[in-house]
Amino acid sequence: MRKKKPLLRPGFMLSFLFLMMAVAAQQTFPVNGVADPRTGSYAFTNATIVKDGKTTLNNATMVIREGKITAIGTSVNVPPDAVVINCAGKYIYPSLVDIYTNYGMPAPETGTGQARGTFNFFQQQFTSNTKGAYGWNQAIKSQFNAYEKFVADPAKAKPLREIGFGSALTFDKDGIARGTGTVVTLADKKENLVMLKQKASANYSFSKGTSTQSYPSSMMGSVALLRQTFLDGQWYKTNPAQEGVNLSLQAWNDNQNLPQIFEATDKWGVIRADRVGDEFGVQYIIKTGGDDYQRIDDIAATKAPLILTLNFPQAQNVEDPNDARYVSLRDMKNWELAPTNPGVVEKANIPFCISSSDLRDVKQFWANLRKAIEYGLSESKAFDALTINPATWLGVYDKVGSLDQGKLANFLITNGPLFNEKTAIIQNWVQGERYDVKNELWNDINGHYNLVISSPSGTKNYEINVKSGNTADVISGKDTLAGKFSYDGKLVKLSFSTTPSHKPGGNGGGFPGGGGFQGMRGGGAQSGASIRLSGVNNGDVWQGNGMDTSGAPVLWTATLVKSSPEATKPERKAAALHLGKVDYPFGTYGASTIPQQETILIKNATVWTVDKDGILNNTDVLVKNGKIARVGKNLSDNSARVIDGSGKYLTPGIIDEHSHIAAFSINEGAESVTSEVRIADNLNPEDIAIYRELSGGVTTAQILHGSANVIDGQSQLIKLRWGVNDEGLKFKGADPFIKFALGENVKRTASSQGNQRYPDTRMGVEEVQMDAFTRARDYEKQLKALPATTRRNLELDALVEIMNKKRFITCHSYVQSEITELMRVAEKFGFKVNTFTHILEGYKVADKLKAHGSNTSTFSDWWEYKLEVQDAIAYNASILNKMGLNVCINSDDAEMARRLNQEAAKSVKYGGMSEEDAFKMVTINPAKALHIQDKVGSIKVGKDADLVLWSDNPLSVYAVALYTIVDGTVYFDRDRDLQLRKEISAERNRLVKKMIAEGRSNPFAMTAARPSLQVILHCEDDVDHQKGLLETDSYDDVINQNQ
Amino acid sequence: MKKIFLSIISFLFIAVMAKAQDDVYPAPQQKGTLYITNATIHVGNGQVIENGTIEIKDGKITKVGAGINASGNVVDAKGKQVYPGLILPNTDLGLREIAGNAVRGSNDFAELGDWNSNIRSIVAYNTDSRVIGVLRANGILLANVAPQGGTLPGSSTIVQLDAWNWEDAAYKMDVGIHFNMPGLLNRPRGRFFAFFGGGQQAAAGTDPVKAALDKIEEVKKFFREAKAYLSEANHAETNLKFEAVKGLFDKKQKFYVHCNEVKQMLVAIDFAKEFGFNVVIVGGSDSWQIADLLKQNNISVILGREFDLPTMADDDVDQPFKTPYMLKKAGVLFCLNDDFEETRYRNLPFNAGQAVAYGLSKEEALRAITLDAAKILGIDDRTGSIEVGKDANIIISKGDVLDMRTSIITDAFIQGRKVSLENKQTQLYDRYMHKYGLDK
Repeated sequence: MRKKKPLLRPGFMLSFLFLMMAVAAQQTFPVNGVADPRTGSYAFTNATIVKDGKTTLNNATMVIREGKITAIGTSVNVPPDAVVINCAGKYIYPSLVDIYTNYGMPAPETGTGQARGTFNFFQQQFTSNTKGAYGWNQAIKSQFNAYEKFVADPAKAKPLREIGFGSALTFDKDGIARGTGTVVTLADKKENLVMLKQKASANYSFSKGTSTQSYPSSMMGSVALLRQTFLDGQWYKTNPAQEGVNLSLQAWNDNQNLPQIFEATDKWGVIRADRVGDEFGVQYIIKTGGDDYQRIDDIAATKAPLILTLNFPQAQNVEDPNDARYVSLRDMKNWELAPTNPGVVEKANIPFCISSSDLRDVKQFWANLRKAIEYGLSESKAFDALTINPATWLGVYDKVGSLDQGKLANFLITNGPLFNEKTAIIQNWVQGERYDVKNELWNDINGHYNLVISSPSGTKNYEINVKSGNTADVISGKDTLAGKFSYDGKLVKLSFSTTPSHKPGGNGGGFPGGGGFQGMRGGGAQSGASIRLSGVNNGDVWQGNGMDTSGAPVLWTATLVKSSPEATKPERKAAALHLGKVDYPFGTYGASTIPQQETILIKNATVWTVDKDGILNNTDVLVKNGKIARVGKNLSDNSARVIDGSGKYLTPGIIDEHSHIAAFSINEGAESVTSEVRIADNLNPEDIAIYRELSGGVTTAQILHGSANVIDGQSQLIKLRWGVNDEGLKFKGADPFIKFALGENVKRTASSQGNQRYPDTRMGVEEVQMDAFTRARDYEKQLKALPATTRRNLELDALVEIMNKKRFITCHSYVQSEITELMRVAEKFGFKVNTFTHILEGYKVADKLKAHGSNTSTFSDWWEYKLEVQDAIAYNASILNKMGLNVCINSDDAEMARRLNQEAAKSVKYGGMSEEDAFKMVTINPAKALHIQDKVGSIKVGKDADLVLWSDNPLSVYAVALYTIVDGTVYFDRDRDLQLRKEISAERNRLVKKMIAEGRSNPFAMTAARPSLQVILHCEDDVDHQKGLLETDSYDDVINQNQ
Repeated sequence: MKKIFLSIISFLFIAVMAKAQDDVYPAPQQKGTLYITNATIHVGNGQVIENGTIEIKDGKITKVGAGINASGNVVDAKGKQVYPGLILPNTDLGLREIAGNAVRGSNDFAELGDWNSNIRSIVAYNTDSRVIGVLRANGILLANVAPQGGTLPGSSTIVQLDAWNWEDAAYKMDVGIHFNMPGLLNRPRGRFFAFFGGGQQAAAGTDPVKAALDKIEEVKKFFREAKAYLSEANHAETNLKFEAVKGLFDKKQKFYVHCNEVKQMLVAIDFAKEFGFNVVIVGGSDSWQIADLLKQNNISVILGREFDLPTMADDDVDQPFKTPYMLKKAGVLFCLNDDFEETRYRNLPFNAGQAVAYGLSKEEALRAITLDAAKILGIDDRTGSIEVGKDANIIISKGDVLDMRTSIITDAFIQGRKVSLENKQTQLYDRYMHKYGLDK
């Protein structure tokens, strides 16, 4: 024991410090002049020191030297060369750490002016414009290192320091792979000295940012690019000769060892990012969009640590009811509930950091943080989220994040507990440098002072009552004199009129007749007839010089007589918040709990079985455990909810073979072959289209990629389960499908600026198909022969699945030539085209289709909206049906999908189809085309209980869906719908009133009413779809609008 | 030999068909007396006559009712439903063969420039459009053909859908002046507008609402100056744009204001008040919100297609479906339109049928595509109902014309002329039924 003791000998300590100093004093930069070495040694005594979230020291001392903490504790010896600062009544906290900034990063070089996330279809750019040995995609910028580009920026550092931050992770917020971030302090020092950790993080997002490259142009494209880059990175480790040096992939691999930070812009993005990570064994730290509270269970299930921001939505000016009309309930609810987000995340036991990022003005930081605390966030977790958590996650807790010996001298001096509303940050010290924030508050100057003004003509006495740094009353006898006062921490300025003012705070004296004509001179009286004093504060005594009303010089002193008593205003009582509920889905037409399966007995309905039983009159159907349990007469079940079906029609749920709802993007339109993208990667379970289509009896829909490319993306079959999450929407156990397209859309015919993308003719379309399948065939062979060194290719994987009959094609098609062409290509590669969709000239090649064995899915009566549909006829479905083909009627349209029954009925009109055959086209026929006929599509015992009860013959224009049931769960009930409308109206009214009240009380925090856009996605990507008042065809428009 | 003969016949048949609809002839003028008998007559004004007879003489309806003796030229409508010809109240029919903007050569619907009050749709109306025959086959016999380009796109003309050329087709010329009201929504600029520079969108960085209000003020200035100009008969220099709007001031023309927002409609009412125009709102998706106000100000509405999505996610899921009923309840004069490009307007009767599912009676719904459309367009003295003195614009359907299940038009008469229901689609149907040897 004794032998180890000498280590702590004071002599050793001194020499150690000396050594440190000597090392620090050496530097490469020459001095122009005389060296001025300083130790920066300070001792802060008598302070309340909050070392970290767990340890608070009262009456403690902290010593710093050379920018670091050398001692901290309650019994610390103050070194003789330390400047002592008495911090009695003050609190010392570690400076905060911001885990998400672009401080000191160069402004991103903007591309060709394309809006975020969109692409310009007539200026296609197929490969990266980045010069050098980098990868193919401009949005993969793994090679970027923030530490190489970082330039300290005093103008940006100051506002961050003023809200308490001392260090930050900074990185370039641009691109999908954003390279590495670096941790720096916010000291105004040379870059060399502020950099704490060169490579501290690797950052990612789904947004390609300033990349001018066309790919990816969609959310699912971003996901595919990330997945493929993971695979490419693994492959690159085998040093593939054909790739040469790829600095982007090399950096991608190197960066994997760093903390991985992903920016998501909404809750589904958090879940999506986490899924990408899970696939490749990465746990991302995810920066969220602040709406996590809307799906907190799903967010918690990701187990991802989160980065939260405090950019709560502003109140909108909804005073004008015609403006309020276009602000959605969803936006208003989010305005009300967003401040609950940090608290909700905390209660879900999710680890999180808080960043100052995204605030409209960083000065809002504390107001918003306190609001989050008022709305449920605990002070201790808030503190951790700003100190230990970011420091630990970034691997810099040995330097920042708490106050401990050896760490950087990054600390705040405050005049009270940090989270108190009245507390102010007085100073923020960073790396041992003092930065004043509100230094004038170091001393509480409020109180009564004796002012003595002396001049050669004698002395005059006044009393000053200082109320704050810029308000004070000057009292002469009984009169309060008008004047101006300011105090900046050191200098005092005071001027006042000698004429009494009876108006509180009035200028220039307003006493009629009192001040004679002098007082009447308004502003002139203030400057001309006031006593003007200037001086400094030396503690409790102030002194200086000035001029009296006649312009003669005076000297003055003011001495504190009595301090103002501490304001004894009672703690502001947290008012009850009266917040709305989080519904599923969030926004409108949701429910506070997700609907559940029921046992249901529908009595005495006319049942269209769409099966060999045909139409059954006065029949009962019993639903149990999500399945059709019994069909018959006089059924009973005591546990069942009974629905009276008399006079009504019960049918299987409608299946829409061709839909583009419930997704955040539909077209990855940048390349002619995009089989790697998956609709499943960007489902939007909160699309109001789901509810609207339930109101029209739809229970299953195939969500298809758009028709922008020859080979489009992978489809997702969903059931319309309103309120569930994205995973819950999926139709489980169904075969995977993929979308293909032909004709004008893939040739980009509608582009008014021409087309640069191959192909530009139907001749080229065939070659793209031939090339893709040939490549896929070769790839499959190579993969089998050389599995270790063959690059896994997500695009070709999907095509191999097609050739192996494990994935099935739905092909957008119009004219007969192209239909025949694709069938022949498929036959060359040994597979069938499962379904031709649209197929408006199918009637011309019905015999060929029959021979090939395709299903067909068409519009009832669309035509003459393009050159290629001039020969479309409303009799198409009837002819195909008569030819013995399996025919479906699809919507391809969020509006028409609500009335697919009517669309089917049109074949009764055009071509005289039987009513039963017509109804099959929207039920069992699409089920067959989608390979799910054993589960859905007819009313048969054992099948899924996907049912619709109609008010009338289901083919009639007068028929209205009364109940729509999916898996035995009632997702649409017309009576409940009427109730929901009332609730929506009441909730809107409540929130409008609340917004108006907030706007009136704080007009500066209010923004103009912002119409809530409705996103409707479409098949084509080269046509401007903005039909409705508030319709738009891209979620990017919503994101852009909300920025 | 017989086989060869048959082949020749089929060859000829195909050859004819390949031309598609070019052998469908407009019907000659109707002369003499024609009867439609044993009919369920839906008059168009709400009245239904069972087992009725219609007498037509030289294109006009001369008798309607039960117990009218018929002889000679008789169309027996036993078991069928008889209606007035349907009216498409605002359309680009004949001005744009291929919808959308994909085929520039087929576009004749939007002229360059902002102040096109002098533009007349009728001179570009293509009577040989393939779309026309398809509409006729669904019972649509009249249409108000309107131009679209600019703030004041020009005047529309009502055409009958069975004609050799536009002079034949014109049913009532230059019936109204159209006004595309700028949007008063604080909506950000769309991405595509950044490329194409949409007419109504404000320039970057400007307040779109302010820009729209400025534009509206410019329109008012136009009409104030037009009014002053028209008060003087002699001009050193003639202003064709002002001359073109004369009919608005003497109420011979309607003022068709294309708008959907409540604020826009309030501005439209203001136009009616300041200039005394006969204002018709076209679109009016939010008209249900101020139905009573519209009624008080005698503003009529041509509703946009009913098969449309609600404006807001919060709106009732069936809002567009029940808007007609809400206007009816308030007593607003309105009619229904079908402006859905992908189906090219053929579903007008089913738009009306949908309104029946959401509140209107069948006869009220019928009225919204016949008599009330005629009233709004200013042609109810000549058509819109099956009443004595009116043109014999009549359709006969196998069943309820409003329901696609039963809406099968067997006969159609324009000014008493029995028009062909054949069209390109029926011909292609025949052609391929023939190819596959199928029976209809």
